[in-house]
Amino acid sequence: MTTTDLPVPGLRSGTEGVPAADGPQTSKEFSSDQEVRWCPGCGDYAVLKAVQSFLPDLGLRRENIVFVSGIGCSSRFPYYLDTYGMHSIHGRAPSIATGIATAREDLSVWVVTGDGDALSIGGNHLIHALRRNVNMTILLFNNRIYGLTKGQYSPTSEAGKVTKSTPMGSVDHPFNPVSLALGAEASFVARTIDSDRKHLTSVLAAAAAHRGTSLVEIYQNCPIFNDGAFDAIKDNDTKADAIIPLVHGEPIVFSGGSRGLVRAANGGVEIASVEEVGLDAVLVHDAHDADPTTAFAISRLTELGYLDRSPIGIFRQVERPTYDDQARAQVETARSNVDGTPHDRLAALIGGGDTWTVV
Amino acid sequence: MAQQAKKVQQLDRVIIRFAGDSGDGMQLTGDRFTAESAAFGNDLVTLPNFPAEIRAPQGTLPGVSSFQVHFADHDILTAGDAPDVLVAMNPAALRANLGDLPKGATIIVDTADFTARNLTKAGYADNPLDKVGEPDDSLGEFTVHAVDLTGMTVAAVKEFGLSRKDASRAKNMFALGLLSWMYGRPTETTVAFLERRFAKVADIRDANITAFKAGWNFGETTETFAVQYEVKPAPMAPGTYRNISGNLALAYGLVAGGVASGLDLLLGTYPITPASDILHELSKHKAFGVTTFQAEDEIAGIGAAIGASFAGKLGVTSTSGPGVALKSEAIGLAVMTELPLVVVDVQRGGPSTGLPTKTEQADLLQAMFGRNGEAPVPIVAPQSPGDCFDAAVEAVRIAVTYRTPVFLLSDGYLANGSEPWRIREVDELPSIDPAFATEPNHVVKVREDGTEETEFWPYLRDEETLARPWAIPGTPGLEHRIGGLEKGDGHGNISYDPGNHDFMVRTRQAKVDRIAASLPPLEVDDPSGEAKVLVIGWGSTYGPIGAGVRRVRKAGFNVAQVHLRHLNPFPNDLGDILKRYDKVLVPEMNLGQLSLLLRGKYLVDAIGYNHVRGLPLKAAELAEAIGQLVADAEGVSVDLTPTTAQEVS
Repeated sequence: MTTTDLPVPGLRSGTEGVPAADGPQTSKEFSSDQEVRWCPGCGDYAVLKAVQSFLPDLGLRRENIVFVSGIGCSSRFPYYLDTYGMHSIHGRAPSIATGIATAREDLSVWVVTGDGDALSIGGNHLIHALRRNVNMTILLFNNRIYGLTKGQYSPTSEAGKVTKSTPMGSVDHPFNPVSLALGAEASFVARTIDSDRKHLTSVLAAAAAHRGTSLVEIYQNCPIFNDGAFDAIKDNDTKADAIIPLVHGEPIVFSGGSRGLVRAANGGVEIASVEEVGLDAVLVHDAHDADPTTAFAISRLTELGYLDRSPIGIFRQVERPTYDDQARAQVETARSNVDGTPHDRLAALIGGGDTWTVV
Repeated sequence: MAQQAKKVQQLDRVIIRFAGDSGDGMQLTGDRFTAESAAFGNDLVTLPNFPAEIRAPQGTLPGVSSFQVHFADHDILTAGDAPDVLVAMNPAALRANLGDLPKGATIIVDTADFTARNLTKAGYADNPLDKVGEPDDSLGEFTVHAVDLTGMTVAAVKEFGLSRKDASRAKNMFALGLLSWMYGRPTETTVAFLERRFAKVADIRDANITAFKAGWNFGETTETFAVQYEVKPAPMAPGTYRNISGNLALAYGLVAGGVASGLDLLLGTYPITPASDILHELSKHKAFGVTTFQAEDEIAGIGAAIGASFAGKLGVTSTSGPGVALKSEAIGLAVMTELPLVVVDVQRGGPSTGLPTKTEQADLLQAMFGRNGEAPVPIVAPQSPGDCFDAAVEAVRIAVTYRTPVFLLSDGYLANGSEPWRIREVDELPSIDPAFATEPNHVVKVREDGTEETEFWPYLRDEETLARPWAIPGTPGLEHRIGGLEKGDGHGNISYDPGNHDFMVRTRQAKVDRIAASLPPLEVDDPSGEAKVLVIGWGSTYGPIGAGVRRVRKAGFNVAQVHLRHLNPFPNDLGDILKRYDKVLVPEMNLGQLSLLLRGKYLVDAIGYNHVRGLPLKAAELAEAIGQLVADAEGVSVDLTPTTAQEVS
């Protein structure tokens, strides 16, 4: 077998090639006329509001934005946005979005999915989208429960969780979505929280600007089937100790600056008292590190049981050629090397090979 | 090459089967012989037959690979039931194919591989070649030429200094040269082919060409072969021809569909036998705006194709039966979202993994019904390798015009088989208009000043076709959402209204039914107009059915034939045609799937003729079944014994 050196495209923004809006837009323009039908208090409302407020700032033509979703509560999202959209089938949104993004450079493609949709039934498509680095942004609403089917445990539920389908407690070991994405060669991986509009919006902006597959895990509360799952990182009394904020170029400290992340003896990352080790020993977050090892080590600090500790922010943001740019470039290269109308070239193609004429 | 010096005997047709170990290059040998015959102007039909394993254990019966080619001086329809000549490169190839040979057939054997070990592997206690002429000669009914093809090949290519192993690899070209001499095939195409294929390895190239020529010269000089045969070119309709396999024709047809519709094509697919060659071929045609996406699985393949269709491209996915099973939910999504999509199913033996490299027609009901809910999908089937081109264009026409997924049901025999194909003129292609929506199509209200407030309704339909508008992202003012949930009529918003659901289910069915209005009348082949028996088929059984019908007619009896390209919807005139005949016979490579559909729709007493052997139907056996039915229908006795020495084909 042989390999060939692929042309390396220059660095480009995630939205390059998508036409800009003619003028300022409003969040109302991005709201469809459909009644929003999530349960009262659902975290999805907050995310929808944040996205509807963010899209005008993105400054793209509304008709060039496409939202694709799978199945689940969060997957109703596209119906509420007045853009192009498809509410598809369970777990398959990344594959449909791959087709859209590959077919059209001039579209800004978004996927809305949940922990069941993306990590259970659609796990295969998620990891392959990340590996290929198709230019799209995936919003993974993680409520750590199955909502639409009324309360079974999900692939991010903590072990031992008692649900309708696990009366004696779940014996499934959960996924850490960020670790999974990093392991799948993702070029952009972030985590944010439904109720933190400011942080959520800043992550959305960075994700949209990134050319490639951006995975944004959004902790999202389900008030009906898993209420309080994220209380420790939301409660004003506890969040300073529970959230480890990641800011590129800044030392990774939390608990009001008293604790920080340091390099562990085994090469991993561990939590230390800043007073004991000194600020200079604290890791400075480097989201652009080509080597994902440290980002992965940081992701492992996420508590997999009751969530009382979680790094939040952009774990990794590195440039890598995208599948769709390269696939389109191959087509364009092939096209630029031929002359004649498609009809003439078709006649030459099907009339090629060994032929004979009967008169 | 040298002048003919031997007796030349005229034949009107010959069936040759090249058989050897899977590593012996039999497919290539058959391919080249076919190309030579095509260049000579014979009509021909081929039947490759190979194991699913890439290299099954060497020298064993399961490892035997064969290629049958039927060539004639007249129009033929099948690869032939039984070979006149068997070329066997080892004991296993001899043993595996012997049962298919008619009395009097010629066998050419490479003796080099008839070692004790290989004989044992093939299940021979003794060397059958040693018994030739003895009382217990298992080959007594045949004319056997036992020749050391390998030894002569190695001797012929000695000058190139190859190892014996490498040198002996050219034995298939030696065999090809010998057979090319026997049947007076032109040699230029093969020499040119070898020069191209091995352009970068001079010694291999020269060894193969030398072996090929040595095989020819051996035929001419040795006394083993006393007769050279001649099969004259077949008269064919005017036009320019090429030899083409079904998968190649199908890939070309998809490219043509893209050109005819002005749409770039995106193939989302996952490799699967026997459909992978469609991916390989389309991946070469990026200059036509073709993107091939090799997905992580069958579902992602169709998912990407649906996404591309939503984005305004021609979405295509290609697979075989097991892949269709995985794609079923996504096909349902395409039915619900009413997006153009071509689903190519190159059928193979099933169920489950079944017989990956063998042919079957048992996915018809899967294509027809294999989804949850009422999810009608149009079905188009090609009838011969070359016909895959036209069938693919037709599938694109229906998909784009009616905004619907369409099944294109090929099969393993069509995919790998080949025939001379009259190359289509590009201006013969139908015009296919994507007719993208560009404007709002619904008036919300008329304002006081007389102007209209309008919006876009994605499920407002064309009155004639019932197709919905295709509004692609990037079109301002037409932003809309579609999905798998039931749509409200017209506006397309989610609707759980009972009456609306009933209406939409019926409307989706009615849209598919409307396609029949765009189809030409069926061509009923009933030369006398007096037949009481109609034989009806679909797909690759066209050849065997046609050949069987010819035999019956040749024996002096009447029988009508009609072949279906469209399985869903059926053509509008099919019901009337079925009623005109007393008996309807439905030969299929399944247990009666078309029969079931015909019985259900037309209340006709369709009689099945069904084989699921992984091989095409045999024309002679089918002719007997047709003859029996003619006898029943007409109250006569039917004897199909040919009246002349030469059987019809």
